[in-house]
Amino acid sequence: MLVLALDTATPAVTAGVVELTPDSLPRLLAERVTVNSKAHGELLTPHLQAALAEAGHTLADLDAIVCGSGPGPFTGLRVGLVTAAALGQALNRPVYPVPTPDAIALDAATGRPLLVATDARRKEVYWAAYDAAGRRTDGPHVDRPADLVGKLPAVSDAAGEGAEIYADVLNLPVVQARYPSPVSLVAVAAEELLAGARPAALTPLYLRRPDAVEPVGRKRVTKA
Amino acid sequence: MTDRLILGIESSCDETGVGIVRLGPDGSMELLADEVASSVEEHARFGGVVPEVASRAHLEAMVPTMRRAVEQAGIQLRDVHSIAVTAGPGLAGALLVGVSAAKAYAAALDKPLYGVNHLAGHVAADTLQHGPLPKRCLALLVSGGHSQLLLVEGLAERITEIGSTVDDAAGEAYDKVARLLDLPYPGGPPIDKLAKQGNGCAIAFPRGLTGPRDSKYDFSFSGLKTSVARWVEKQERAGEEIPLADVAASFQEAVADVLTAKAIRACKDFGVDTLVISGGVAANSRLSGLAAERCAEAGIELRVPKPRLCTDNGAMIAALGAHLVAAGAKPSSLDLSTTPGLPVGTIQIH
Ligand SMILES: [Zn+2]
Repeated sequence: MLVLALDTATPAVTAGVVELTPDSLPRLLAERVTVNSKAHGELLTPHLQAALAEAGHTLADLDAIVCGSGPGPFTGLRVGLVTAAALGQALNRPVYPVPTPDAIALDAATGRPLLVATDARRKEVYWAAYDAAGRRTDGPHVDRPADLVGKLPAVSDAAGEGAEIYADVLNLPVVQARYPSPVSLVAVAAEELLAGARPAALTPLYLRRPDAVEPVGRKRVTKA
Repeated sequence: MTDRLILGIESSCDETGVGIVRLGPDGSMELLADEVASSVEEHARFGGVVPEVASRAHLEAMVPTMRRAVEQAGIQLRDVHSIAVTAGPGLAGALLVGVSAAKAYAAALDKPLYGVNHLAGHVAADTLQHGPLPKRCLALLVSGGHSQLLLVEGLAERITEIGSTVDDAAGEAYDKVARLLDLPYPGGPPIDKLAKQGNGCAIAFPRGLTGPRDSKYDFSFSGLKTSVARWVEKQERAGEEIPLADVAASFQEAVADVLTAKAIRACKDFGVDTLVISGGVAANSRLSGLAAERCAEAGIELRVPKPRLCTDNGAMIAALGAHLVAAGAKPSSLDLSTTPGLPVGTIQIH
């Protein structure tokens, strides 16, 4: 089956076309990735069109869409999810959300317990922990790197851009899987995709409440 | 040429809107669907729109609103001819949800995309109800986010801002005064209701920027809001009861007086005989009432679309898209950017 993979939960604007069959690993046909945290809105649709064109396909050929559901900076994260949702509706194809760190964990796969940390801005990271078999054992959460060290289950390696930025706080060997790849995004959802399972709701993993304060009383303009 | 279906998507503030307009071969327009999902209630306890709350609501509402619009119009998405979307001005995160969705629909359906100006959309909304505009007219846009006087010389051709607020938008002043009087958010409807029982001449609140040396077409509402606050606090200090209805009516009178006086003056100065009033505050009874009186006196035709078309919606964006398609405008590129501060003179972003 032909699957479009999208992710905008990190600074990487990611679109890839992946072939998935029951008896082999997902295979990348084409991808377009640009690392620019401000360009998700501009680039995602052109990227997915270019990847499809390179793969020799059109949107109508797709069987399903997979989209990273975060956690990630909200504004960029929503671009991927709303794009996937609109494509799914217009093409009448299922859209499968995939936690973004799960895909990064699969890319990193060291065979040892792993921490995946991405940049949550405001000096915090989004993180999740995985066992040696690659199963998520904790997270995703959002924390300051120093606080995370205290909570972290025993892991041997760290992956993701957050692991690189805060390498000296986390004090873990960093393995090279900074952003989620299209193949891993599809691999995380492979079972559901192949089974034609009913997709979960396309809900972003925000992990933080919106910044908003309720006004208390009214401000005086004259001196009391 | 046959009918063309134009889809409009709006997400610049707290309303997720999808509208569908049928553009006839003769340029006629018929509104087939106008679906809006509002997050206004989620903002009420904050006393104003919280951008992140609005953006989250847009993401949740986009596909369901589209589904309802398509159903209401009795069409299939694939029958759509073109897609128009608000590219600015507005809240950055909110705009991005609508524009990203519009790009995906355009790509999936293989249809042209038009990234358009929200303010021009407010003017275009009127043509859905009252038909084509004359070659030149003036538009007064008043809402929680905008207070502008525009010279419109073709919706697809040229729109020039001749005046705007130098501080608060008119609707913002309503919200702030409503809070002062312990009225709910948004402030427009409750103030309008209360004002009907009051006397608009009871308190002489200032008319901002109406001095001989002040900018002729610009507005200022911040001083008015402060002066209402001062008046209320003075009464409180003196232990006097506050005549809420008179305060509301006098405040509303000051707003309506300035807005209509400046709009009519602009009509005369620019030699136009049609005034369009649109935006959420256009539904205000005193504003439309006073505008009708003064336009009649001045021999100006007043056009105020029904409230549903005045507030933010997808229909107005579909209407503007239809004007652009009818004029043969070139579609926007799919790497189109949102522009939160888009000037009104830029009707379409390529
Ligand atoms: Zn508006």
